[in-house]
Amino acid sequence: MDILLYLIPAALGLGLIGMLGFLWALRSGQFEDLDGAAQRVLFDDADAEARAGQARKGNRS
Amino acid sequence: MTATLRQLAPAGPTASAVTVCDHCGTPLGDAVVAAGGGRFCCRGCAGAYGLIRDLGLGRYYDLRTELAEPARADGGDAADWSEFVETRPDGRCHAEFLVEGLHCAACLWLVEQALRAQPDIRLARLSATTRRLVLEWQGAAARVNDLAGIVQRLGYRCLPYTADSIEQAGQAEEKQLLRAMAVAGFAAANIMLLSVSVWSGTAGSMGPATRDLFHGISALIALPAVAYAGRPFFRSAWAVLRQGRTNMDVPISVGVLLATGVSLSELLRSGPHAYFDAAVMLLFFLLIGRYLDLRSRGFARRSAQRLLAFALRPVSVLAAGRVQQRPAHRVRPGDLVTVAAGERIAVDGVIRAGRSAVDASLISGETLPQAVQAGSQVFAGMVNLDAPLTVTTTAAGRGTLLGEIARLMEAAEQGRNAYVRLADRVARWYAPVVHLAALLSGLGWFFIGHASGHDAILIAAAVLIITCPCALALAVPVVQVVAASRLMRRGILLKSAAALERAAGVDTIVFDKTGTLTLGAPRLLDDGHDPALLRLAAGLALRSRHPLCQALAAACPAAAPAGAAEEIAGSGLRLATPEGEVRLGHARFAGVAAGPSDDCSELWLAVPDRRPLRLRFRDGLRADAVDTVALLRRQGYRLLLLSGDRPGAVAAAAESLGITEWEAQAGPVRKAAVIAGLKQEGRCVLMAGDGLNDAVALAAADASLSPSSGLDIAQNAADAVFQGGRLAAVPEFLRVARGNRRLVRQNLGFALLYNLLAVPLAVAGQVTPLIAAVAMSASSLVVVLNALRLGWGGSRTDGGV
Repeated sequence: MDILLYLIPAALGLGLIGMLGFLWALRSGQFEDLDGAAQRVLFDDADAEARAGQARKGNRS
Repeated sequence: MTATLRQLAPAGPTASAVTVCDHCGTPLGDAVVAAGGGRFCCRGCAGAYGLIRDLGLGRYYDLRTELAEPARADGGDAADWSEFVETRPDGRCHAEFLVEGLHCAACLWLVEQALRAQPDIRLARLSATTRRLVLEWQGAAARVNDLAGIVQRLGYRCLPYTADSIEQAGQAEEKQLLRAMAVAGFAAANIMLLSVSVWSGTAGSMGPATRDLFHGISALIALPAVAYAGRPFFRSAWAVLRQGRTNMDVPISVGVLLATGVSLSELLRSGPHAYFDAAVMLLFFLLIGRYLDLRSRGFARRSAQRLLAFALRPVSVLAAGRVQQRPAHRVRPGDLVTVAAGERIAVDGVIRAGRSAVDASLISGETLPQAVQAGSQVFAGMVNLDAPLTVTTTAAGRGTLLGEIARLMEAAEQGRNAYVRLADRVARWYAPVVHLAALLSGLGWFFIGHASGHDAILIAAAVLIITCPCALALAVPVVQVVAASRLMRRGILLKSAAALERAAGVDTIVFDKTGTLTLGAPRLLDDGHDPALLRLAAGLALRSRHPLCQALAAACPAAAPAGAAEEIAGSGLRLATPEGEVRLGHARFAGVAAGPSDDCSELWLAVPDRRPLRLRFRDGLRADAVDTVALLRRQGYRLLLLSGDRPGAVAAAAESLGITEWEAQAGPVRKAAVIAGLKQEGRCVLMAGDGLNDAVALAAADASLSPSSGLDIAQNAADAVFQGGRLAAVPEFLRVARGNRRLVRQNLGFALLYNLLAVPLAVAGQVTPLIAAVAMSASSLVVVLNALRLGWGGSRTDGGV
């Protein structure tokens, strides 16, 4: 049963990562505009880069 | 009206032989504004197109799936909005706007990209759900006017927006619930992992030490999770208990806390039964139900607020020779207010200068535009059609006729709030009953069954856990969310979930005429005119935004705009031709003494050397009005028509629809009184209306519907708003309401049946944690699946409606 010593922390850790990921997504406003998010996927051009830059700036401040 | 024009336009800017405006797709004639390699219907569109090209955003025209509205040439008003800007400590400015006129994803893209092209912009994000634009930039607060100007030049209208405290609290609550749900979900999954091992292990392979270890780990996860995720329920339960009342959160809190407490004592005693999984799973299911409920209510709240924000648009006040933008509540009687052509009048007042026609249909239901001039009385909510007006304010804000109607509406709504929802009625007796049952079974085992105190408490706890209203709490919100989304797919926005319950019992439907049964816009009657003359008239009409002209233009799509036509405010249009002057306008303008009087609006066309031509217009019925009314009558509803319009027009509409009970010239108070009378007879009334004169009646009726073309205030008063101009929304709404009630009853019945079966088991002491977990998740699943049937039913019948 020693395997439990690895398995249980591993299971809990993975679950925890998932939960923290969700909380992060929630905090960064990804659930605020679900309609827009569905449409934004379709904009595929150069402005993606600009947006990435935007996000980096946003995170820094 | 622009909508009609757009529909007539070909799908793409270059798709057909008819030249259309490169920006908005309006058909062009010979009068074209050519600029920057494109052809446009007006300077506004040319400006928007040029701006888009200059910013290198030409891809907008490929991305879009809907045509834009013609951009307004005046480029918006020069208001100073810097007081709406919030300056952060780090020198960043933050402002929020509501943007009107968004059609499709390309609009989002265009607005965001155009703003991001500005060097000082740090954040520009437009939400498709809330239509809210969040802007952050580095620099002066006054930049806000330039930035808003960009959005306006692109052809969208935008207004500063400040979230009020109620909305912020609502959003905070929604986020808090989501976080609690995430924590509960994580905890439930992991504890279940451990519990399943314990349950399968008890068969033999697992020793008591391992079991206790698993229970211990479960406790480590469960205790913080319950403490965090249970707060919404504990708080609400505590609040009502202090007032000496009870609600559904009381048995929830007691059940969860007892389950956790008993499990903890089992853990300390190394006992075999721990209910940590049940406690956390309960919270998880309940939070889902709570979140769905809050979302459906939050959606309603947000749409109402959006409407309100636009109702409170700033008023242009003339002071010391300059035009100032002021919030409506800061306009005082005596102030001079300017109203541009096409704008809605925001105050009650007397016209000081200008001649124009106003559309009063939303206030009185009267379809014909009224001519007004200096000295005429106008009311807030009327639309100025022809020419700019200057109005001396007599009342503003809550003092206006509009404000008076709003007060009547509030009073009417209070009556409706007395309605107690089915779930609350169940909750009222549910909590005492289950608590009593748990107490009795514990006492029974202790005194009659001679069980130990510990076992008796364990059994009482099992009763409470198994009766924890998990399925009951999910039963109603899940059905509502499914019903709301089914309605939304059909273009009906539900504003209040309680309305669906109220609407299920409807047996009488009261219609307004103008704008509800009819389109609310005039249409040219086919009197067999000479097509060539009609084309000439339509060509002139294309140069005007007057509703009759737009109706004429829409009736004759082949016409090309007459380039040199000149509009004379309040009179009509004239065009100089080699043969003489062609005139289109009212009778006197066209040189006719007075036309025959009937119930139609009219335009006269005067062509040199010919008899003046009379073009008649009438407000046409919605395309599916006859079928819908016939369908409703077949279904056995009692139908009434209440209109503020003249008897002739109402009688004609009632006759063609086959409605026998009708009343004309009914003002707001009369309409509400009729509905109150019907309710007194014991009828359950659905009101469908769009105008200010319907608002009180909409609020007074058991349930109400308003078309999206209606006035803001009517949409606020109505329970649901339907889009797309199809009256079929009325039977659909009633059908979903009945389906909603049926499924809610089924679900509640099932949840109670489940309790009836499970409680005896628990009282008998047969409920182990395994049985509790299986029973609870099975009952919740059944309730959810049953609710989904409402949505499936919707897609099956999609074809016909």
